[in-house]
Amino acid sequence: MLETTFFYLFGGLAVFAALGVILSANTMHSVMWLILCFFNASGLFFLLDAEFLGIILVLIYVGAVMVLFMFVVMMLEVNQAVKREGWLQYLPVGGMIALILFIELVAASTSGVFTTGDMATTAHLGAEVNNTVEIGKVLYTKYLLGFEIAAMILLVALVGAIVLTLRERKDAKYQNISKQVNVRKEDRLTKVSM
Amino acid sequence: MVPLSSFLVVGAALFSIGIVGLFLNRKNVITILMCIELMLLAVNINFAAFSHFLGDIGGQIFVFFVLTVAASEVAVGLAILVAYYRQRRSIAIEDINTLQG
Repeated sequence: MLETTFFYLFGGLAVFAALGVILSANTMHSVMWLILCFFNASGLFFLLDAEFLGIILVLIYVGAVMVLFMFVVMMLEVNQAVKREGWLQYLPVGGMIALILFIELVAASTSGVFTTGDMATTAHLGAEVNNTVEIGKVLYTKYLLGFEIAAMILLVALVGAIVLTLRERKDAKYQNISKQVNVRKEDRLTKVSM
Repeated sequence: MVPLSSFLVVGAALFSIGIVGLFLNRKNVITILMCIELMLLAVNINFAAFSHFLGDIGGQIFVFFVLTVAASEVAVGLAILVAYYRQRRSIAIEDINTLQG
């Protein structure tokens, strides 16, 4: 009973916050709504016995990605009036596509395949099961290659983001390291006969 | 006990809201990126739900990978936005037509 209450709380707030993301006029408010949405999704993960992912979602998404979003929103000035211009023009077609997709997905997920049989309900894992340990056991054995590829992707994204935003200022003075290292004595020293 | 279908419905709702957001906020690149994040979150909820109800932890590993890719995508996407803003002083979608696409 308590679990069902929390499911409706987290699920309802997540959907409500998602609506806030797409409907608020201010981009900053959208970011705030998305943070609320991620917090509630993290609660859903906890209900699904995925404690590690719930914590990761708060740490990585709320702690890093959303702060990055906020940083960019504050740094770039977006013209709000121009942004909202012709706002509802695409609502009919977009709403229809999303509504059809939603109805199809709900029909599929409430069909007999997922509501009856072994998959319909399941008991929670015992308190002795440590989710982080379980994930670590498969992540470093069965999915080791995927883990390494994920690490490479993160490294490439890191380098790419730095290279994209690196800016050489024209009015600042820079060291030319290779020129400094390659300098010879003859270039700088001149003998003057007194 | 919450059944699997309830979690799938929440995922479906979040995904559909993400799609509506893509259509509504066509003028704002940052909001479009946020809608993509919403859709990825919906996929993650589905992965975690199936992982729990099938008793297979592989689904949670995939959520982990999706999170990694989404984080790098956001980092690179926002870096491109910042670099573009420096060049053009605007990030309006209508102005991004240099490639005549």
